[in-house]
Amino acid sequence: MEEKKQELYGLLAEFKTSEELIHASEKAYKAGYRNMDAYTPFPVEELPEAVGFKKPVLPLLVLIGAITGGVLGFMMQYYASVISYPLNIGGRPLNSWPSFIPITFEMTILFGAFTAVFGMFALNGLPKPYHPVFNVPRFKLASRDIFFLCIESEDEKFEIENTKKFLEDLKPREIFEVDP
Amino acid sequence: MADSKSKKSKFEKAPIIEPGHTYGSITDKISSIVLTKKIRKSWLIGFSFSFMLLMVFLGSTGYLLMKGTGIWGLNVPVSWGFAIINFVWWIGIGHAGTLISAILLLLRQDWRTSINRFAEAMTLFAVAAAGMFPLLHMGRPWLFYWLMPYPNTMALWPQFRSPLVWDVFAVSTYALVSLLFWYVGLVPDFATLRDRAKNRTAQIIYGTLAMGWRGSAVHWHRYETAYLLLAGLATPLVISVHTVVSFDFAMGITPGWHATIFPPYFVAGAVYAGFAMVLTLSIPLRKVYGLEDFITMRHLKNMAKVMLATGLIVAYGYMIEAFTAWYSGAEYEEYMILNRMTGPYKHLYWALILCNVIAPQFIWISKVQNSVIGLFIVAMFVNVGMWLERFVIVVTSLHRDFLPSSWDMYSGTIWDWATYIGTMGLFLTLLFVFIRLVPAISIFEMRTLVTDSEKES
Repeated sequence: MEEKKQELYGLLAEFKTSEELIHASEKAYKAGYRNMDAYTPFPVEELPEAVGFKKPVLPLLVLIGAITGGVLGFMMQYYASVISYPLNIGGRPLNSWPSFIPITFEMTILFGAFTAVFGMFALNGLPKPYHPVFNVPRFKLASRDIFFLCIESEDEKFEIENTKKFLEDLKPREIFEVDP
Repeated sequence: MADSKSKKSKFEKAPIIEPGHTYGSITDKISSIVLTKKIRKSWLIGFSFSFMLLMVFLGSTGYLLMKGTGIWGLNVPVSWGFAIINFVWWIGIGHAGTLISAILLLLRQDWRTSINRFAEAMTLFAVAAAGMFPLLHMGRPWLFYWLMPYPNTMALWPQFRSPLVWDVFAVSTYALVSLLFWYVGLVPDFATLRDRAKNRTAQIIYGTLAMGWRGSAVHWHRYETAYLLLAGLATPLVISVHTVVSFDFAMGITPGWHATIFPPYFVAGAVYAGFAMVLTLSIPLRKVYGLEDFITMRHLKNMAKVMLATGLIVAYGYMIEAFTAWYSGAEYEEYMILNRMTGPYKHLYWALILCNVIAPQFIWISKVQNSVIGLFIVAMFVNVGMWLERFVIVVTSLHRDFLPSSWDMYSGTIWDWATYIGTMGLFLTLLFVFIRLVPAISIFEMRTLVTDSEKES
């Protein structure tokens, strides 16, 4: 049995509706499971909380990205117009900041948007061409209309027989063993 | 009992998704448009026609590169001709896509879901078509990168105080952000296609594009956060883009351009033109692909209402233009507006008033509002009208400026028209390829609508 535990990535339980899945995830969390994930065909509001997801860092990253973009955008124009290539046109000020605002603004948005997208992918660990859950043939339906809960073998409480029994009590349609 | 029920339903809004659909049926219906070997005859005809127009574009561009911009109708007072007219027209069309995908998302307008993917694609392709004109107008388009600030051996910088350089930044930021927004929206749907494709090549291509998306709850959470933040960033961006486009005009001292009404008036005009184009494209699309269940009459009516509202803002803009010209007391401004209304281009001005001010008023009539053909006709009027508006703004302001000795007339040559019609080919070809290869309606967002409508019932 001990050997089998190492061989598995985890146990995957299939549910028909999102309500059942939320319910099951909450129970699993209460039972002390931490390394688990739920898979759904569309975002389900209460689910991230149910599987124990707490602090979103993405908004802060985007704020930092956007501010960086704005500062860099302004500095670039300041450097070009005041330091690198000053042009005296009738004694007008070199640091004519109002005319630097549009580009500063655009750079703020650009950097913010890049941080939002690439930050999201990076935090999600994507691109990830291989993932064990894809070994279950039924998992193809996670992108159609089926909901899954996976308890991973990394979890301290994971014990193949016990966990299977625990999942069976949640009344899933079926339970699959996920090869690593 | 039955009586009160029917009474109630009379006042209920038409559904945003026809009843009876499940997650599965939605997935199957939308993905089957893409995952089929069969090529529809209507698609083939449409694609061939667009591709032919694209060849017209390549031909006229090739000739332009050989001969230079002299083949266009540009002359000295009117040195901004079709190129800027078409640029502004296309960019404006693109704006409805961002408005639908970003602003309506933030305003929690559920009905946007089924048209948002399509409208975003329209944005991207319209920006691509728009970008062609300033590039080609440069004369030496292969040196376009001179517009970008980069360390170069000439030790030069772009002139950051110039609205034209602002425009480069605004439009390229807009193109990039729209592309990101579109791609992010597509990732979960690429995963669906990957899982449903039977063909190995399709599995590999969609699989690569999906980047291993598996629908994890935590991923969805970050995904939705990123999507909302992008929408929040895209909303001021879209307004800034057309504001900067209007600065190209308003920062100059040319009579008819130097007006503070320009930024809001241009933004409203862009949304107006854009919604007209979404209507023009989605009406045939829903018919040909049988998507009436997803793009319902409610969508068409809502878009028509947005079109009417922005059309009224545009009409206000025309009024204020005339009023300011008179109220300014500046003789050049006064002459410009008189010349616009009664001069050699007066027929274009009045055609524009007919298309942009009078035609949309028919939307007030509920018979027109409920008729698909009626809406299509009004939208076509607006498409033409918005092109005329840009023509009138550009040409009538330039062709008779301060010095009568430099007055001249302007008209597009055959090459101007060929390039313009050619970019329609570029736009439509991209659109046909998009419909064939990518789900035109966001599948995962439609699944969310099923849950909502189930909860309501």
